[in-house]
Amino acid sequence: MKYVDEYRDGALARTIAARIAAAVRPGRTYHFMEFCGGHTHAISRYGVTDLLPPSVVMVHGPGCPVCVLPVGRIDMAIELALREKVVLCTYADTVRVPASGGLSLMKAKARGADVRMVYSAADALRIAREEPGREVVFFAIGFETTTPPTALVLREARAAGLSNFSVFCNHVLTPSAIAHILESPEVRELGTVVIDGFVGPAHVSTVIGAQPYEYFAEEYRKPVVIAGFEPLDVMLAVEMLVRQVNEGRAEVENEFTRAVTREGNARAKDLVAEVFELRRSFEWRGLGLVPYSALRLKTEWSAFDAERRFAMADRRVPDPKACECGAILRGVKKPVDCKVFGTACTPETPIGSCMVSSEGACAAHYTYGRYRSAA
Amino acid sequence: MCLAIPAKVVEIREGEQALVDLSGVRKEISLALVEGVAPGDFVIVHVGYALQKVDPDEAERTLALFAGLEATREAAA
Ligand code: SF4
Repeated sequence: MKYVDEYRDGALARTIAARIAAAVRPGRTYHFMEFCGGHTHAISRYGVTDLLPPSVVMVHGPGCPVCVLPVGRIDMAIELALREKVVLCTYADTVRVPASGGLSLMKAKARGADVRMVYSAADALRIAREEPGREVVFFAIGFETTTPPTALVLREARAAGLSNFSVFCNHVLTPSAIAHILESPEVRELGTVVIDGFVGPAHVSTVIGAQPYEYFAEEYRKPVVIAGFEPLDVMLAVEMLVRQVNEGRAEVENEFTRAVTREGNARAKDLVAEVFELRRSFEWRGLGLVPYSALRLKTEWSAFDAERRFAMADRRVPDPKACECGAILRGVKKPVDCKVFGTACTPETPIGSCMVSSEGACAAHYTYGRYRSAA
Repeated sequence: MCLAIPAKVVEIREGEQALVDLSGVRKEISLALVEGVAPGDFVIVHVGYALQKVDPDEAERTLALFAGLEATREAAA
């Protein structure tokens, strides 16, 4: 398969691994956070950590959209579906995230809620067109990659004069989450989380471009290398990070030049700016309230904003007690540090959100890495 | 849900839609977020929308970097 197979070549992976091993300085360690869940998945699936020298440590970041959705927001969606009897459309992984009272959207469905899994935002809009007698709400989640499609369908809904369609917006922003991690006490004061650099996200960067990371590189003196989603992309990015650290550089470099430019996708960015504005703060699972880290619909679009249309009240609910997702999403803990990992909590019976999606650190580790690190 | 592979555009259809080939599976996706895509191009697809075109020359350059690092500085500049 073009643009896939050649980026998964095992022999080349070993070549890069050998170069990394030769480049690392004896006596020093290198901690790199892969922000994006897609990278977490690739690293676990292809055993990238096994190829890296022991002094290079990968730290999982909070870039899995399903994982960072707090319990309160899912409770709000469930209540909307049960109380207002709307058709609630959402991306597949979202329906399995555990909410309060042992519920999830999937379990709410068994109790009569009309929850429908969609592949794209356009499917939600189509349902609204086909069922004009029903209120259809798109439970929109995700980073900068899923936001432009949501903006597009909102524009289409308005152009078509659809009055039964609205969006429950939970779109979040990558740069604010990175800044929050860099400002966290674990990184700044306690030193419990060491981050020497970031592997920048693939998809998100196709939209926002490389430019937004320049701030971190300069302000926090952290190198950032944007990487594609295949294993060799990640390895080359790690090599580039090691060299930056060795040379005392903190720059934004782009390994994923085949799809990422400095400016990103102007058309997509303009669309987002037309429909959305920043929220003052938004709750993230594990990170708590993060200032200016999420989007909501602009006032001109309030007719399509489910939160206003159904007078939904914001809700904050703590995570399940046993679950360490919060600490994992901040890079403080690893999946195996959780007492219920692989026992009470598995992808079939997730207790926390990190075990739901294949990009979640716990699910990726359970599926691909569990036995390896136990050995 | 962020996982995706590059898809080859097979046919451009009405309403900014396109038929793509995802390793043998054919699917209709939207081109509304990208400009100037033609059949034969590869695009990065996410939740039913093409987010970017794949630049074939840059893809070659990255492949070259896998084998040797000499060009890294230059590509990063
Ligand atoms: S194993 Fe389950 S309960 Fe433990 S941190 Fe991961 S998702 Fe949460």
